Amino acid sequence: MVNGAVPRFWREIPQRYNLIGNQCGVCKKIFFPPRESCPECRRKSIGKMKDIKLSGKGKLVTYSIIHAAPKNFEGQIPYPIGIIELDEGPRLTAQIVDCKIDDIKIGMKLESTFRKIQQDGYIGAIYYGYKFKPLEDKK
Amino acid sequence: MRDVAVIGIGLTKFGELWDKSFRNLIAEAGSKAILDSGISGKEIDALYVGSMSAGRFIGQEHVGALVADSSGFAHMHIPSIRVESADASGGLAFRQGYFSVASGMNDIVVIGGVEKMTDVIGAEATDTLATSLDQEWEAFFGSTLAGTYAMIATKHMHDYGTTREQLAQVAVKNHANGALNPYAQFKRPISLENVLKAPMEAYPLTMMDCSPVSDGAAALVLCAAEKAKKYTDKPIKIIGSGQASDTLPLHGRKNICIFESTVYAAKMAYKQAGIKPKDVDVVEVHDSYTIGEILAIEDLGFVKKGEGGKAVENKITTFDGEIPVNPSGGLKAKGHPLGATGVAQIAEIVMQLRGEADKRQIKNAKIGLAHNVGGAGATCLVHILEAM
Ligand SMILES: [Zn+2]
Repeated sequence: MVNGAVPRFWREIPQRYNLIGNQCGVCKKIFFPPRESCPECRRKSIGKMKDIKLSGKGKLVTYSIIHAAPKNFEGQIPYPIGIIELDEGPRLTAQIVDCKIDDIKIGMKLESTFRKIQQDGYIGAIYYGYKFKPLEDKK
Repeated sequence: MRDVAVIGIGLTKFGELWDKSFRNLIAEAGSKAILDSGISGKEIDALYVGSMSAGRFIGQEHVGALVADSSGFAHMHIPSIRVESADASGGLAFRQGYFSVASGMNDIVVIGGVEKMTDVIGAEATDTLATSLDQEWEAFFGSTLAGTYAMIATKHMHDYGTTREQLAQVAVKNHANGALNPYAQFKRPISLENVLKAPMEAYPLTMMDCSPVSDGAAALVLCAAEKAKKYTDKPIKIIGSGQASDTLPLHGRKNICIFESTVYAAKMAYKQAGIKPKDVDVVEVHDSYTIGEILAIEDLGFVKKGEGGKAVENKITTFDGEIPVNPSGGLKAKGHPLGATGVAQIAEIVMQLRGEADKRQIKNAKIGLAHNVGGAGATCLVHILEAM
């Protein structure tokens, strides 16, 4: 990460704290993070992009376990990271938590959880956002 | 548009070169290329330099001017252009220089590529490599460049049955080739065990699946093909050039196991050259991570999607295989000074097509291809060259 001024982080707070994406009013495709316009509908979508809160539920597409970490993450190694496909369609990258490394499997169901992501060693700021944990079976 | 040829090449040794600065490196490679070509300095119309992150590695931007000055061209006021596309910066500099000569605006240009990575500590280098990813939506959450390639490897193993050993075999092959390359950072063969038992970088990739942190520079002289014979008996013509982009974050792509940027850049280059993958005699691909070489041979069309691991295991890509890949040792063994890599790959292809690759010479190499990737596949450049 580039260490530095705080506005860079608070302007992404709605997306990172609450998983706010947006939806194209023309083709109904959902995006995360929100886009200015829809890459398919292009100019027709301008002014028709609507914010939407995502469920935070999805499945694991692929993963890795990070052993050589960026500076702000060195205290966390080893940690799993994955690509999650949300039920609404968009994919994102996040850490996987509350789960033994050996239990991580492609295709497993996950849900988002609000956590500390990293601490800036330079200005000391703590940044929060989503991580993903195994989806609890609520039978 | 007119034909363009490479008439000169220059390389520094790659490695942890603590006694050499950024400016020493690029000046050395540039002067070697100019001497090799037989041109004089005043014939140069422009300089194009690829450098990924001089700002973070040595705290220096305005690299175009620095390179013109340290190469001794400031007093001649030669235009100098720095280009950036992560670790595809060198390939992109080459393509921009090629365009400028092909268009007729310039007759002779020098292409450089350079990176000085060892002036920072390891974690800083990891952070800087991750700037080729999406800072806000990948790196912010703790992903690294190695981690991103590792996620591709996990998926490739899951979907196609690619094995841990097949990945390791890429590194073993490239070290065997690098052992024959005097410019390589690592000149020793390694075993499968060496790769598998190395410390983990990002599961399933160990440190020995990853290209090293390197210093180095490379340079080329390009000239309008109609004038090339004036300078050299062995001009090497550029017959195809392709470039393509893709989503910056890996998670933006439908299929994690394809670099569409490679597929599209290759299609563009093959079409211009009027050739098919089977016509290529020698290839340099972007193996910054072992899985990268497996993707490359699939996406360039040498083998079917999913069969890259098997092809490596069956030794199709070795020095004397059906389609020799990375005779230089690749990024893995030769070293990977980011901005220099794309230029150095083309220098290797030129040596092969001139028949000057010494112990690593591929017999009867007539057509060569260089494949340079930025980050985790958001940029790709493919160039095809042929002896004139
Ligand atoms: Zn749309």
